[in-house]
Amino acid sequence: MDLPPVTEHQPPEPDQPRRYGRGLFLATVAGGISSLFWGKAAWDHVTGVVSPVANAVAPILPTGGWRIYTISGHMPVFDPGTWRLHIGGLVDQPVSLSYNELRALPRVDQVSTFHCVTGWTVQNVHWGGVRLGDVLGPAQPQAKGHALRFVSMEVPYVDYLTMQQASLHDVMLAYEMDGKPLPQEHGAPVRLIIPEMYGYKNVKWLQGIDVVPQAVNGYWENLGYDRNAWVGRSNGYGT
Amino acid sequence: MKAGYVRRFSPAERLLHWVNAAGFLFLLATGLILYLPRLSMLVSRRQTIQSIHFWGGVAWLGALAVVVVLGGRRLLATARELDTFDNDDLRWLRGRKAPQGRFNAGQKINAILTAAFAILFGVSGLLLWFGEQDTRYRFASTVILHDGLMYISLFLLVGHLYLTLIHPATRHSLRGMTLGDVRGEWATRHHAKWRPE
Repeated sequence: MDLPPVTEHQPPEPDQPRRYGRGLFLATVAGGISSLFWGKAAWDHVTGVVSPVANAVAPILPTGGWRIYTISGHMPVFDPGTWRLHIGGLVDQPVSLSYNELRALPRVDQVSTFHCVTGWTVQNVHWGGVRLGDVLGPAQPQAKGHALRFVSMEVPYVDYLTMQQASLHDVMLAYEMDGKPLPQEHGAPVRLIIPEMYGYKNVKWLQGIDVVPQAVNGYWENLGYDRNAWVGRSNGYGT
Repeated sequence: MKAGYVRRFSPAERLLHWVNAAGFLFLLATGLILYLPRLSMLVSRRQTIQSIHFWGGVAWLGALAVVVVLGGRRLLATARELDTFDNDDLRWLRGRKAPQGRFNAGQKINAILTAAFAILFGVSGLLLWFGEQDTRYRFASTVILHDGLMYISLFLLVGHLYLTLIHPATRHSLRGMTLGDVRGEWATRHHAKWRPE
């Protein structure tokens, strides 16, 4: 006769130690490395969807979201008594502006977002300054000049824009940032602002603008960065 | 060892801990100079600080590797302890009272995350360094990873310092990490399942 199968009595679950540590370790390392591919998108998503989050977090972050890059040993010091902005190169009338003369030019204000090529972004920066045209106009650039060289007081930092790039509607020379005179670490007394391009094109501590025949490599471009540093579609991004 | 005391951490474990701590604090200090505008203005020599930070990081990981190799089998046994979670550990993590071994479950997780972060700090740091010279090594999120690790590590460090320096019930453990030994009755109370050699 068939007996029903004997169901074994289940013993209480023994205390089997589990090797969870290696799993946590590997998952953390893998998650971290994979975040190289989704970290910024996720962060932008969080701060973008919940824009109050971005506004609330940014002032708490000790930097306000900014990071300060310099390339030389000393950060240039702005001396209002001696500083001048020289406009030269292929111009009919070389011009040299004092700080007060620069401030006397027609003022513009704009709010734009600043993108660094290394991945950080500062949203809605309020810039005050002048349009490039108002600075260049009196110098009368010559027709054979197709580009501009921006010379920083931080030697040997220079960078170039084509005339076409420089004439984008929101390119400006900023001497104010968020309602205050441009701080030293942001390029006092005046820096270039071209929001469409990564920060390394936005030359700080300006002391000269030269009209030149064509754009060539600036400081970072000699180190492999793109000359046309369009945000989101240069330097290996968006390709 | 003093009477009534038991040895908690071997010389290799303590060396690993303090090499890691010293390296982390050094990198935190030099990193903050690069990160905080106020500090970068005070020091201003970004290029120099950047090199010090980078080579400090290389030295930190190198020193950790040397200690791990020298620690050999002894540290491997420690790693096995950290790897293992039993039912009491899981109960402890759920906030229940449960007897713990030489490491409690929180200490295990802290140690595991610290080790994983060392690797991630290294990888993201190398990418930042080489990415500045070659666009092939550049990812939009490297800086977010490196900074994020810093913030999480800082958070863990603050908790760690609170428990070792301030919290009355646990601050005796600092002696274990400095001199190596702890009071036997303290060990029994906090680490009931641990059988000191």
